[in-house]
Amino acid sequence: MSKREQLKDDFLESRLIRRRLVLAAIFTVILLGLVLGRLYVLQVVSYEHFSTLSDSNRIRIKALPPTRGLIFDRHGVVMANNLPTYRLEIVREQVTDLDATLQQLRQYVEYTDQDLKRFRQSSKRRRPFETIPLRLNLDDAEVARLAVNLHKFEGVEINARLTRNYPHGEHAVHALGYVGRVDERDLREVDEVEYAGTTHIGKLGLEKFYEHELHGSVGVQQVEVNANGRTLRVLSESPPIQGNNLHLTIDSSLQRVAEEAFADRNGAAVAIDPTNGEILALVSMPIFNPNLFVNGISYANYGALRDSPERPLFNRALSGQYPPGSTTKPFYGLAGLEARVNQKDDKTWCGGYYLLPNEERRYRDWKKEGHGHMNLNDAISQSCDVYFYDLAYRLGIDRMAEFMAQFGFGVKTGVDSTGERNGLLPSREWKRGHEGMPWFPGETLITGIGQGAFLVTPLQLANSTAAFSSRGTRYQPRLVKSVEKIPDYNRIDIASRVTGRYQLLKPKNWEHVHNAMVNVVHGLRGTAQGINRGMEYRTAGKTGTAQVFEIAQDEEYDEETVAEKLRDHALFVSYAPAEDPKIAVAVIVENGGSGSSVAAPIARQIMDAYLLEES
Amino acid sequence: MNQSLDSDSVSITRRILDALRLDPVLLSLLVILALFGSLVLYSATGSDQAAVLRQGTRILVAMMLLVAAANVPVRMLRKVSIWLYLGGVGLLVAVMFFGEVGKGAQRWLDLGFIRFQPSEILKLAVPMIVATYLADRVLPVGFKELVVSSVLVMIPVMLIARQPDLGTAILVGSAGFFVLFLAGVRWRIIISLGVLFSAMAPLLWKFALHDYQRKRILTLLDPESDPLGSGYHIIQSKIAIGSGGVYGKGWLNGTQSQLDFIPERSTDFIFSVFGEEFGFFGSVVLILIYLAIIFRGLYIAAHSNENFGRLLAGALSLTFFVYLFVNTGMVAGMLPVVGVPLPLISYGGTSMVTLMMGFGLIMSIRSAKRFLV
Repeated sequence: MSKREQLKDDFLESRLIRRRLVLAAIFTVILLGLVLGRLYVLQVVSYEHFSTLSDSNRIRIKALPPTRGLIFDRHGVVMANNLPTYRLEIVREQVTDLDATLQQLRQYVEYTDQDLKRFRQSSKRRRPFETIPLRLNLDDAEVARLAVNLHKFEGVEINARLTRNYPHGEHAVHALGYVGRVDERDLREVDEVEYAGTTHIGKLGLEKFYEHELHGSVGVQQVEVNANGRTLRVLSESPPIQGNNLHLTIDSSLQRVAEEAFADRNGAAVAIDPTNGEILALVSMPIFNPNLFVNGISYANYGALRDSPERPLFNRALSGQYPPGSTTKPFYGLAGLEARVNQKDDKTWCGGYYLLPNEERRYRDWKKEGHGHMNLNDAISQSCDVYFYDLAYRLGIDRMAEFMAQFGFGVKTGVDSTGERNGLLPSREWKRGHEGMPWFPGETLITGIGQGAFLVTPLQLANSTAAFSSRGTRYQPRLVKSVEKIPDYNRIDIASRVTGRYQLLKPKNWEHVHNAMVNVVHGLRGTAQGINRGMEYRTAGKTGTAQVFEIAQDEEYDEETVAEKLRDHALFVSYAPAEDPKIAVAVIVENGGSGSSVAAPIARQIMDAYLLEES
Repeated sequence: MNQSLDSDSVSITRRILDALRLDPVLLSLLVILALFGSLVLYSATGSDQAAVLRQGTRILVAMMLLVAAANVPVRMLRKVSIWLYLGGVGLLVAVMFFGEVGKGAQRWLDLGFIRFQPSEILKLAVPMIVATYLADRVLPVGFKELVVSSVLVMIPVMLIARQPDLGTAILVGSAGFFVLFLAGVRWRIIISLGVLFSAMAPLLWKFALHDYQRKRILTLLDPESDPLGSGYHIIQSKIAIGSGGVYGKGWLNGTQSQLDFIPERSTDFIFSVFGEEFGFFGSVVLILIYLAIIFRGLYIAAHSNENFGRLLAGALSLTFFVYLFVNTGMVAGMLPVVGVPLPLISYGGTSMVTLMMGFGLIMSIRSAKRFLV
């Protein structure tokens, strides 16, 4: 170290730096010599090899897009396949005057500005000499017209390519989703190399959620072409691997029954197997034809769908949020028993309204004249509001919210599709967090009959009902039963997943509520007794009516005078057979009026179709 | 007109150059290279005159900046180096927060009237600050100096690497470490660092590199494995160069180049156009011109009369070499694809300006001691 403290010696230091400079110079010469050596190998030694390769650019590398996986229902009915359709495609490098060619093509085939925009977009991301589609889905007349005149156009081709097709059209569209043309945004989410040559990608629903299974992997072909770019022979090929097939839990015929049961009404219905969470039917009405979206929907068609007041594009089953109304009463009834706030035979007097201590406001029952003395069984089967106002008052919002959360209210079910929403389970924390307001006692009451801020999605409601029917075991609902792996066609089952298990304090408590729900359908005064005629099995159910707009204190709701758009939503939840539930159903009919007359019959048709045809 | 220039022309030119403090040897080599580059660029852009004109304008602007840099006295360079460095690092941090994203990386800073990459400043500022710091210390550098200098270098390198811009990070890092190398870092330290780095390579591979960077390195080992992705560049570039043969296909006659098979052919991959059209013979000539420029820089460094000049001029010349080596190595399929242009030939203005200013600094160092050529 002491040597280091010496004075600077410029002579020594300059000699040091010069030595290093010389070393560096030698180093550069060696490394550049290596580069020159490499160039010598490329340009002199292997000249013949590379010269042949470059000769008139004969080698082209083509991406071979994989065929998209098929989708089957639970019985093997094809829900989505791929059909050959003719496409008008262009190889940019072979077209001398692109604008003129595009102009002249208009004589033989129509294409929109949208097609043109897509064409220009995709030509940006293509490698040289790859075909770029200009028009998809040519009809026979167009193909014929073009084929005759094709000799006039260098670099223009008609190619048959497999395109996604939904053979049943609008049937089950909200369960499946659909594919559309790949755009810039999609490419950011996937490996661009894998999608070289792929024109379609899942945009919504299952098609999007299982994109990684359905897509498959890209193949590569080295081809030799002539001076005009026409393929002479294939030099080497690694074929693409088809995407995996999906086998759904959906029962196509059940789905169809449910769709038809809605007739021209709007709403949603979800049927779930409560023993494993498999979704048997997932309906959102109205429906639309997804095939329109595959080949690029026209602005006019899209506008019509988007702007329709019926909102066919909106997936009500997953994204629609509705007040659950009286369908929550069995849950609260059970909560009361479990918390020992109520006994099965405790009676509450219903005089048509309920008053909070020290408050003027009347909390009305839907039955103006009141129900009289009500026990739990009567209160559920006749859907008495006052009983549940009183129960809610005594339970308190905290216990209510905690209990309902255990049945999946207020959280996503985790279904394997896109667009699912949370619903809303009102609680003190929610109100403070989202509105910065304290909780008012009156809100506890209206939450107790499933109104107020309370929101559920139809899927959530069906899943909670299924969890109830299996005495507290809640599954993650799912649409896919198994994935069929390509190329060995192994079917890999997707295991059912339990997402919540409520432990009953007393099994009897559940029996009481369950019996009350059976009475809803089979009891003499049950609100849904209208659907029990000729029923070959026993059903437990609950009707519900959700207010779309609030009625003022001194007004009366009159179905006849209220505009259809403002009419109440009709709800019905049920499970059957009551002794050993195999299906749980939730039905919501928008502006349908009362649950008993509109929603319950749809649920009956679904249960009939499933239970009677299954056996 | 020509008569008056006849006998006195040499001395008049010499006097003008001296007044502008320019080095005639280095300057003429740079001009030859720039002219050569314009020819190649004309071919690489598919005979696009407008592009060549734009590039010509850039060369002129860069030359003027070269003259300006050559006229900054050396003692001034030493004074401003700290501010240049701090300013550059500050801008790099600014880019991290406000920078524009171009081609997937955040490199550009938009000041309203001009868009530029602050990382370019560091290509000069880093060797300047390290040279300033080491110039007054006792050489060979001791441990403390080594640590301080390494920190000075690594801060901007890390910032640039995470933009991510591996090419510029390599250039800035090597500029800094060349100063250290010239200042006599002991061999055992260099060797142990080398060993340490190789030992850490698997870790770096796993944590420091982006997916696309790993892919590029793998692709280099086996380009055929990814013919649709990054292997495509290398395959096509090799075909272009190899098919050039000994004398090349001739200017504007490169079929690979003209038919658009080579990606980025006017920027990072311009050497494959050159190789195809001018062959092995042309490549040798071009690399010799480059080598002459590097040697001239090293010569000036060796003959400077103070350590600052020796270290800075040497490091800048060697950084120029790194440009050349990384680019040609990449195009010839020896090194992974990193975004380093072929110096003074690739289309684009940012690296051109920095490089020319670097040569301006070398000329300023030369004229600090008026030695004869």
